Amino acid sequence: MSPRKTRTGRKVYDEFMVQAYVMENDARDRYTEFADQMEVHNNLEVAELFRKLARIEGLHADKIMQEMGWKKPPPPSLAWAWDDMESPESAPVTELHYLMQPYHALQLALRCEQRAEKFLSRIARSKAPADVRRVAAEMAEEEREHVRLIRQWMKKTPKPEPGWDRDLDPPTYSE
Amino acid sequence: MSANPQAAFTPQQFKSDVKPVWCPGCGDYSVLSAITKALAALELRPENVAIVSGIGCSSRIPAYTSCYGFHGVHGRALAAATGLKVARPDLTVITAGGDGDGYSIGGNHFLHACRRNVDLTYIVMDNRVYGMTKGQPSPTTEPDWDSSKLSPHGTGLREFHPLVIALASGANFIARAFSGDPNGTAELIARAVRHPGFSFIEVLSPCVTFRPEQRGWKEMAHPAPVEPTDDPGRAARRLMTDDGFNIGVLYAGERKPYQPGMGHGAQRAADLEAEFAL
Repeated sequence: MSPRKTRTGRKVYDEFMVQAYVMENDARDRYTEFADQMEVHNNLEVAELFRKLARIEGLHADKIMQEMGWKKPPPPSLAWAWDDMESPESAPVTELHYLMQPYHALQLALRCEQRAEKFLSRIARSKAPADVRRVAAEMAEEEREHVRLIRQWMKKTPKPEPGWDRDLDPPTYSE
Repeated sequence: MSANPQAAFTPQQFKSDVKPVWCPGCGDYSVLSAITKALAALELRPENVAIVSGIGCSSRIPAYTSCYGFHGVHGRALAAATGLKVARPDLTVITAGGDGDGYSIGGNHFLHACRRNVDLTYIVMDNRVYGMTKGQPSPTTEPDWDSSKLSPHGTGLREFHPLVIALASGANFIARAFSGDPNGTAELIARAVRHPGFSFIEVLSPCVTFRPEQRGWKEMAHPAPVEPTDDPGRAARRLMTDDGFNIGVLYAGERKPYQPGMGHGAQRAADLEAEFAL
């Protein structure tokens, strides 16, 4: 940390880092929940992909903890601290399907990374203290890199064929 | 960080090792997450919390937490929870279930739980359908919903209005949440638990299997434009213009919770037996 930081600037910086941590940690938790859901529904390929995404987000959260020297994660914030109802990097719960394919999971992840990049870029352009803007710009650049990586990943992943969600024994079936 | 290190449980520690079997995309996942976040934020310990439910998809929730749990009889969650809270006022008692369980089979218990005002929190995950039994209309289903074979032309029946009923019956805290907003839902649950008396939270929780159109609730839910009131008359007037998607606390009253005195009457098994002697 810069020793020249004012008390107020330091507080804003710490708050921003907590918010950044919560964003990454919420994303880790959400992907872990998604992986569990897919495992329960025996969609193991997508479960593995979500598990991988959870690990990646977890590494980012751990990196923030390490950089900040926190021994414990910050307590959960219950306030609406985001533009939307959830952290920009958390995939909406209702967008899952038990027959979804890896491509769908990557589409979800891509939207999350794009939202995170937009959120952080806006902070980087804001009137926040200089070190907050600097860190936000670095994080936004990382998110842009993730967007590029996911796009490459999607190019190597088969696109779902029409009728991918057709189930011959659907849960909605009734006599 | 928690002021009391012993109480510093994380949301994850309030989850059990049992993985939910809800459909992927179900709103109830977020409600489970919101409950665990709220309990962590309240600095409670799992052994001091009991979650009581009835029957239905959402009523499976006690098994997914590390708190004490009771998966009870259909519609009777509030009866069991009331007994538990009266006998063990030291516990934080949360009741959870769905719209069918709570407003139909358990409808009468709902009225009287509001009226009694025992210090409970009641979370209803409302998806306007009986999901577990394959998609029949529930009390909150819209009259023109015609996707069920049981009501091919819609029920044509007026919906049950949970917040109106709760207010009229005497609930001391009334709120509406949306599962697509897990942090906001957690905040409302924490406020409900803190508030003395019977606290009721209606959570709009989409059923993506039988009501896939409910994915659109994300665009419809919005923060209520007004602050909570402690005036039941004002709350009632607000409900007259409620669009069903106002999220937040509607009413926070000051009625004293009901808690009968303990320590008198029959205490020993022998005394209880004597009461039944013919």
